[in-house]
Amino acid sequence: MWNDILALLKQELIVTFIILILLTIKVGATEWKTDNILKLANLLLLINFMAGFVMNSEGTLFNDMFHTDRLITLEKNMLSLATLIISLQSYDWLKTHKHILEFYVLMLSTLLGMFFMISSGNLLIFYLGLELSTIPLAAIANFDLGKRQSSEAAFKLIISSAFSSGLLLFGISLVYGTTGSLSFEIIRQQLDGSSLQLYAFILLLSGFAFKISVVPFHLWTADVYEGAPVAVTSYLSVVSKGAIFFVFVPVLYTVFKSLAAHWYLMLFLLSILTMLIGNLFAIRQNNLKRLLAFSSISQVGFILVGISGSSTAGSASVIYFILIYIFSNLGAFGVVSLISALTGKETIEDYKGLYSTNPLLSWVLTISLFSLAGIPPTAGFFGKFFLLMAGAGHGNYELVIIAALNMVIALYYYLRVVKAIFMDSNEHPIEKLKISILPKLAMLACAGAIIITGFAGWIYDHISSLSTGF
Amino acid sequence: MNLSLLILIPLITSFALLFCKGLKQVRVVSFTGALVQLALAFILLALYWQERTAGNTAIMLFESNYRWFSALNINYHIGVDGISIAMILLTAFVMIAGILISWTTESMAKEFFFLLVFLSVGAYGFFISLDLFTLFFFLEISVIPKFLMIGIWGSGKKEYSAMKLALMLMGGSVLVFVGLMGLYFNTDTGNGSHTFDLLQIAQMNIAVEIQRMFFPFLFIGFGIFTALFPFHTWVPDGHSSAPTAASMFLAGISMKLGGYGCLRVATFLMPEAAHEYSWIIILLATIAIVYGAFATLMQKDLKYINAYSSVSHCGFVLLGIGMLTQGSITGAVMQMVSHGLMTALFFAAIGMIYTRTHTRMVEQLGGLMKAMPFISTVFVIAGLCSLGLPGTSGFVAEMTIFMGSWQNTNTMYRVATILACASILITTVYILRAVGLVIMGPIKNADHNGLADGTWNEKFAAGILIIGIVAIGIAPFWLNELLGPGTQTIIKHIEKAIAI
Repeated sequence: MWNDILALLKQELIVTFIILILLTIKVGATEWKTDNILKLANLLLLINFMAGFVMNSEGTLFNDMFHTDRLITLEKNMLSLATLIISLQSYDWLKTHKHILEFYVLMLSTLLGMFFMISSGNLLIFYLGLELSTIPLAAIANFDLGKRQSSEAAFKLIISSAFSSGLLLFGISLVYGTTGSLSFEIIRQQLDGSSLQLYAFILLLSGFAFKISVVPFHLWTADVYEGAPVAVTSYLSVVSKGAIFFVFVPVLYTVFKSLAAHWYLMLFLLSILTMLIGNLFAIRQNNLKRLLAFSSISQVGFILVGISGSSTAGSASVIYFILIYIFSNLGAFGVVSLISALTGKETIEDYKGLYSTNPLLSWVLTISLFSLAGIPPTAGFFGKFFLLMAGAGHGNYELVIIAALNMVIALYYYLRVVKAIFMDSNEHPIEKLKISILPKLAMLACAGAIIITGFAGWIYDHISSLSTGF
Repeated sequence: MNLSLLILIPLITSFALLFCKGLKQVRVVSFTGALVQLALAFILLALYWQERTAGNTAIMLFESNYRWFSALNINYHIGVDGISIAMILLTAFVMIAGILISWTTESMAKEFFFLLVFLSVGAYGFFISLDLFTLFFFLEISVIPKFLMIGIWGSGKKEYSAMKLALMLMGGSVLVFVGLMGLYFNTDTGNGSHTFDLLQIAQMNIAVEIQRMFFPFLFIGFGIFTALFPFHTWVPDGHSSAPTAASMFLAGISMKLGGYGCLRVATFLMPEAAHEYSWIIILLATIAIVYGAFATLMQKDLKYINAYSSVSHCGFVLLGIGMLTQGSITGAVMQMVSHGLMTALFFAAIGMIYTRTHTRMVEQLGGLMKAMPFISTVFVIAGLCSLGLPGTSGFVAEMTIFMGSWQNTNTMYRVATILACASILITTVYILRAVGLVIMGPIKNADHNGLADGTWNEKFAAGILIIGIVAIGIAPFWLNELLGPGTQTIIKHIEKAIAI
């Protein structure tokens, strides 16, 4: 029993342990230097990421409430990696802050919540994990204490989260009422497609849709992304969205498999709406954070196309895409976050002529944006290609055509930023920034990963071989 | 010979460029790379002859095949036949000329040459790909460098043109993508998996309904790259705003990607649909030819003249493909090579004139022959090739297309052929008018008197392109023989499909 708990809960225990270490430092008598805390935190996160690769085991715990396998381990590793990159990127921003330890403790609690959520085999533990991953997030969204926008963002986040949790809970209670159980396995067997169950499913789907900001449940996204500190924004858009997808996909494919005909149609409509609205709104944005917020909404639309493939290819392409999305989006957010932390500039106008002063930042941002747009040789091309391919595998060419045309619209607003960086002249471009070694490292890692990931075909093959269970 | 070298050398060159300092190093590195690549293209040609004379009748030579994404049965599969070798030679010629023409690029030279060399990676990769995924990958890879080159080093309304070009080409790409999806999911390798392999798909019989549905996607998608009417609007703006080397590459190589794709992917893999839709292709091609020629008549900017004439000339390529006879398809490929060389030479000449006189407007130029005889001669040669003078490649290519097209006995198709033939007359008008106004007569602008003639690098660049044009014009048989087996394979495949 204890051996099992130690082995299967390895990743959760490591995160908990790191939280404890950081808390001990906080309550300890000695005052740590900011720089040392940051270095220690990054080191611990690195250890957390590396530990994900050794001594992994598969199995279930607590009456199937918690389960883990190689795919879930991989997903957790991806989240750990993203957290590490975000932490490295926010180095320059956090250095100026007083409450660094709290930041890390809160961020890691949300990571812990996501780990439990991904591993859940029961709606109860799923809900527990979800809440653990959202509430601390609202606290760190409010981390720029001096800024009113920041607290506004936190408020919007907590209210919309509470609302979506309410929807989820309502759905969960109806599911419980009609099937008599909260366990995924039993629900799967008991679902017969009655209208009450369908209603429950719609409520659950809406809850999920809120969290991954699917249109029409996306209204909170742009404001929260704009108001929150960039580190939190990138965390929200990459890690927390990714985690929800990691649960959403298997829940749809296995638990609600018998309702496939229904959710397939819903996904069809939602994905078209999400891509289109996300893209059309992104065109009008001048603030880079808002632009990236809407772009991330439209990316979600593309992911839904992949999910509608509903097979091994669907699951594999979604996970593969999220891996690439982590690098691309964090590459873009990393640059935006650095520039925003050091100069406070965030609009496209401010980025005019960036290349003349900061060539490295310009290239990293450009490569990331092209990856988000899905242009080769960046990894985004492969991610999008396989997502749409999974969608087309279902014989669903209308959706694929719409998605493909949306890629053209998306290219337009990404190119607007590239144009500002390279082509527009500016009398007062952003001055040459001095960047610390750690954020630079994180950015180069993102850019490198964007270029390399697509060519390493075994990554997709590996993910695909792990997701054969669907 | 390992064909991956063709991709690796430009890749290594562009990587080496990143570590260069100063214009001198940059241009030496890129010139060396292009020279090696040209040598490699000739070695490839020699080896190809050797194999063919030794009796090797395989469709594709020097094949190699590596797994890329085994879960989806995607391979990195490359190989060449005569058609690809002709296109590779063309690319190597244009690249070396493009690098020489940009010899004195002052601003951000490193980035310029990096992007230029990187552009060629896409072209080489595209022409040797035998896997549709690889092919698509190399097709799209050029979007970034094209956008940046036009936007940063271009002239005129460069941002608008760069954006228009990027978006329209992306639109073409996504149409190709949808077509590829349709093809892929309707292939069956026997064990339930699908394939992107060009040669394997050619052996399967794709159901006619599927072909009807997806042929338009592929053909229009590739057609946008090669200025298929009415999707040609990116050509004039894009070509005119681009810096000289990029214009040369865009018109010389990039547009050929589309023609090559229309032939090798759309027509070869979906012969029945190509046959059924051929009347639409021919209609659009004829409109492009005639409309392009008339539109050129109205242009006052030299670059716009060449850009619109490219629309007209690339119409010939599509016309040749649409006619579906051996002669017309051979002619279409010849026209691709010929137009590639000719238009590159034309843009090079215009670039040389522009860097000296700082204008491209026909009415502001005149009598250049007196000031810069070499450049003017180049301009005249390019013009004569464009109007299809015997002895230049333009004559050979257009003649082959017309003769091939005439073999198609359908009356309406013959009308189209006659119309296309007649457009040469208009071509003659606008070319001779441009030559007359710009080159002949008294010098209009006194400032143009003391302008220097071509420098050694410009002479080298023009010379190498002229050699190509004349080599095809005087001795077309070698090109015909080179293309022969490739076009025969395609034609046999089409005839077999139509006969059923």
